[in-house]
Amino acid sequence: MSWQPVIGLEIHIHLKTRTKMFCRCELAYGLDANTRTCPICLGHPGTLPVPNARAIEWTIKLGLALGCEIADRAIFHRKNYFYPDLPKGYQISQYDEPLCRHGRLLVPGPEVDAEVGIVRAHLEEDAAKNVHVGGAAGRIHGAGRTLVDFNRGGTPLVEIVTRPDLHSADEARRFLQLLRQTVVELGISDAEMEKGSLRFDVNVSVRPAGSDELRTRTELKNMNSFAFAARGIQREVDRQIGIYEAGGEVEQETLHFDPDHELAPPLRSKEEAQDYRYFPEPDLVPLAPPRQLVERLRKEIPEPPGARIRRFESQYGLRFYDAEVLNGSVALAELYERVVSAGVDAKAASNVLMNEFARTGVEPGAVDAVELAKVIEARARIPRDRFNEALAGSGDPGFDAERYLGDGLVVETSELEPLVERVLAANEKEVAAYRAGKRGLLGFFVGQVMRETGGNADARVVNELLRTKLDA
Amino acid sequence: MGPVAFSETFERIWTMAISREEVRHVARLARLELSEDELARFGGQLDAILEAVGKVGELDLSGVEPTAHPLDLVNVWSDDEPRGSLSVAEVLANAPDSEDTFFRVPPA
Repeated sequence: MSWQPVIGLEIHIHLKTRTKMFCRCELAYGLDANTRTCPICLGHPGTLPVPNARAIEWTIKLGLALGCEIADRAIFHRKNYFYPDLPKGYQISQYDEPLCRHGRLLVPGPEVDAEVGIVRAHLEEDAAKNVHVGGAAGRIHGAGRTLVDFNRGGTPLVEIVTRPDLHSADEARRFLQLLRQTVVELGISDAEMEKGSLRFDVNVSVRPAGSDELRTRTELKNMNSFAFAARGIQREVDRQIGIYEAGGEVEQETLHFDPDHELAPPLRSKEEAQDYRYFPEPDLVPLAPPRQLVERLRKEIPEPPGARIRRFESQYGLRFYDAEVLNGSVALAELYERVVSAGVDAKAASNVLMNEFARTGVEPGAVDAVELAKVIEARARIPRDRFNEALAGSGDPGFDAERYLGDGLVVETSELEPLVERVLAANEKEVAAYRAGKRGLLGFFVGQVMRETGGNADARVVNELLRTKLDA
Repeated sequence: MGPVAFSETFERIWTMAISREEVRHVARLARLELSEDELARFGGQLDAILEAVGKVGELDLSGVEPTAHPLDLVNVWSDDEPRGSLSVAEVLANAPDSEDTFFRVPPA
């Protein structure tokens, strides 16, 4: 029997506003603990939260980029639970009236596109950061303790929940990459997993291919990179298929990804069923996003990365994988388009940008596309290292392609002739071999002459000159 | 002291809207440790509250929007401009325990 994985994601991203969600403490990463806190984000009695207008705008913007309906009216709820990272005893979140719902994100693939439904995108506040220390030995002196840093507490957090529309580990990885790119290009989040500004959980189940049932799912937590997530999902899919094929039943459980990238049930497997007792936050009045605001934000939405990949395939005749790589950042995608519109062949531009250019590490956004186009156009007639040098310098201010191309190159036969003579005289054996039929040695001679000129000769002229001499 | 001693009281209270188990559950969620005596007392008080709120159910409210807030206001928010935070000394002033600039709590 063949099986189809059914995968859904829940993603949390930090918004990079200047201040927190409900107080005006500055958001900062990596400072000393508790240096950006106040009575509101510390949950002192008698304080009142005031929402961050920019966080609300950005959530709406993200909702629009994900094709969501923006609610005419949204409210905040309290989600109640006790944990040291939550000083009020509740998290201000959204429940049945979120800002955004019913969206979709196009995820192009090598064969088929996935259209992933977005159930909702809502706004909430992040919890503080707990640091657990000691306690492993269980001795009195090394007694375990938890240290709490409230700098992160209250950071605006958007939660995005997808429908279970993803059907392979690879598709899930691509979705996450596109979503990450979407928020980065909107300028609303750094979405960096190492910093915790992008986190996600995965729901996985499998079903017989062709059926539309939803079987028991397991939840994977603690994924620390997209690649590990893809691997973890694949492993979990295989595990579930194995259970069904052996006649067993999958149990609903939460699996944690440990540092060795193994999936294991949490230590406390019998978690008490959650009872968050959501109720409307009485300290906050409802949100009613003004239509003009929504329409203004809609106009600011750039082309979604998924749609851009599709367009690259059709407009430039690129393979999916090339289109995907070139769209790895909006800066690279834009550079590609400008280089092509400056007259470079679409395929050649794609090859150079994905290979030689990518290897230089030059920031695509810093490059003058017209100058770079000249370099790429000249790639066949300038020496290899000269070409790479030009690419490496292409991000420098005032970069001038001419310096690496025709001008400044030794093209005069009279100047090159003595060099060619010298190279031939110094390599008698190779000359004999060439004349005996080893034509491949031409490249060797060209290389030698180029070295003599420090790479400053026109390769075409050198070639001609060598051929004339050798074939004489 | 077991529940037997209060059996009569219990009979009366537990036939009302909120069960003793529900009171116990809510108390546990709120991290409150209640004696059997308190369970009975608060259960009765909660019942009175539920009964009062239950009166609303006697009205025909079809077509009435749920009230999220008693004030007739929307979109109260503030600009994303930082204002000062507290000093660490102030932040930790009421903390029972701290370490460096962290709050210190029993292992979670």
